[in-house]
Amino acid sequence: MAKKLMKGCEAIGEAAVKAGCKLFFGYPITPQNEIPEYMAHRLPQVGGTFVQAESEVAASNMIYGAAGSGERVFTSSSSPGISLMQEGISYIAGSELPVVIVNIMRAGPGLGGILPSQSDYFQATKGGGHGDYRLLVLAPWSVQEAADLVQDAFDLADFYRNPVMVLGDGLIGQMMEPVEFKPERTPCKPLAPKEWAATGCSGDRPTNIVNSLFLDPEVLERHNQKLKAKYDRMVRDEVRCASYGTDRPYDVLVVAYGTVARVSSTALDDLRGEGVDAALFRPITLFPFPHAELRAAAEKAQEVLVVELSTGQMIEDVRLALEGRKPIHFLGRQGGMLISPEAVAEKVKAIQASSAEVRRG
Amino acid sequence: MAETVVFARPQALAPVTTHYCPGCTHGVIHRLVAEVLDELGLRERTVGIAPVGCSVLAYNYFATDFHEAAHGRAPAVATGIKRARPDLIVFAYQGDGDLASIGMAEIVHAANRGEKVTVVFVNNAIYGMTGGQMAPTTMPGQVATTCPLGRDVNLAGYPIRVAELLATLRTPAFVARAAVHTPLHAVTAKEMLRRAFRYQAEGTCFSLVEVLSTCPTNWGIPPVEATAWVEKNMVPYYPLGVFKTPDGPDRAPRPAPVVEA
Ligand SMILES: Cc1ncc(C[n+]2csc(CCOP(=O)(O)OP(=O)(O)O)c2C)c(N)n1
Ligand code: SF4
Ligand SMILES: [Mg+2]
Repeated sequence: MAKKLMKGCEAIGEAAVKAGCKLFFGYPITPQNEIPEYMAHRLPQVGGTFVQAESEVAASNMIYGAAGSGERVFTSSSSPGISLMQEGISYIAGSELPVVIVNIMRAGPGLGGILPSQSDYFQATKGGGHGDYRLLVLAPWSVQEAADLVQDAFDLADFYRNPVMVLGDGLIGQMMEPVEFKPERTPCKPLAPKEWAATGCSGDRPTNIVNSLFLDPEVLERHNQKLKAKYDRMVRDEVRCASYGTDRPYDVLVVAYGTVARVSSTALDDLRGEGVDAALFRPITLFPFPHAELRAAAEKAQEVLVVELSTGQMIEDVRLALEGRKPIHFLGRQGGMLISPEAVAEKVKAIQASSAEVRRG
Repeated sequence: MAETVVFARPQALAPVTTHYCPGCTHGVIHRLVAEVLDELGLRERTVGIAPVGCSVLAYNYFATDFHEAAHGRAPAVATGIKRARPDLIVFAYQGDGDLASIGMAEIVHAANRGEKVTVVFVNNAIYGMTGGQMAPTTMPGQVATTCPLGRDVNLAGYPIRVAELLATLRTPAFVARAAVHTPLHAVTAKEMLRRAFRYQAEGTCFSLVEVLSTCPTNWGIPPVEATAWVEKNMVPYYPLGVFKTPDGPDRAPRPAPVVEA
């Protein structure tokens, strides 16, 4: 299929359709309105259903019901709306249902602003809702990657029977780039029939009950441990990351995800022209976080720089990964302000200069 | 002489003992729903939705597939299931705290969208499960643990009449109120439930049957007095009957058509 110029939000919507998702429930919020709008016109064309929910609370509980029936289902929102969805997400995780949730992050807290941000990293990777659960979190850095990851997200959700979040910032949703959809896509995981779905019981099997309530603490503990084993399998099998410039020697390793990683890679290109040696490490899965891969990449660097559109959230995972092995610096903007390649380049140069001075003694 | 079965457990009820208190009519309402599912031949394609409330374990009591819902969200879960699988019969079973307090938005909008689902709304004028706190349906002057001097309508407002409220919506629906505190009332309640499920099976409309129910435990009275309490205190405020039918005269004013500017 030829490449087509698409806005990120539209590519995300089309990717869901290409993944065989025929159900969308959501509530309008900037900067992701183009996703529900796209689904509202696109889903009827493929015999699907779009429902504008009365709130994100309702939307998250609608996808809970739809997923329980075994059908692929999807919702999208932006930060304040994702906060309201936490109820449904926790129940979905507890009931082990597959859903895909897209968060096009905007700056917070509270109503915050409508401009791009990465300030929901904690919420996405450390729980968000109540209870001991994890989302599998994928962070695209281009419109093409957003389209690819959304399709994979449906397979991963089905395979693990777990909610999968695609975490993009406002830039991913709004920018236009060429996108290609493969005509014959093979699922990224083997898919089993959904024998657990509540679809009516003719008596030839025990009734299927979609449920997260376990009043007996021993039973609930077993359930918690079963979920943990699943998250451990994700940690073992689903880590995705990318690195740039790590094939040459480098002094500074920049760690960033999403469009900030894209900006940082531009900075590295510029720096190379100036003879500054730096490389980039980009987590694609934020949970599971690529701890071992990051540690290996940082091994060769003197210093590490984390760049985020927040006051510093992913940096905590970077610290955990590096366990004090390297000095970690931070560059962040907040409130919807962006980070320029020049700002990243300046920071890298400053770090390299002071590091060289220290080493000279 | 051949034996004739005059009373048996409906197929749609699981052969288990419920946890409901003596004199609680949740169990009666379960049975009526199950009988209707059996009689309409719907059991095998039914998915029920259990609320958060005393009937939270309803999924153990019905012999149909079931889905849990968060407190108040059963109509949203029902929407998700029905939109995903319109061929299924979907019913939500909800208490009055669940439906009329935390879940008011979900029920109003599911009804207003005309979701082709059935809601069994059990109004016992109290939060049963959490130990007898005030519900939006608690009667004026009724004592509850969070209104120890009785519901003060100047502070808490008047009890919400859900059936009447939903009947103001223009979208076609079947909305009725029944009771089960006497056998005769139970027979009428079953008729209303039958109509509600039939409308869904025919794909006609949203349907809701509010059922006045007892909670002797949290009302602090014996079961027999509880049935009298329903008759004396609830029925006058919550009149029984059909409030809206899909083909009946509409109470809401007909809106003017949209005119292009
Ligand atoms: C979000 C949330 N808030 C509060 C509760 C606690 N809670 C459980 S049941 C209930 C009230 C149920 O009352 P009702 O719906 O009237 O059902 P009944 O027990 O009377 O049948 C409450 C407040 C909860 N489980 N979840
Ligand atoms: S507490 Fe009330 S509503 Fe709950 S089971 Fe007992 S009598 Fe029924
Ligand atoms: Mg109640």
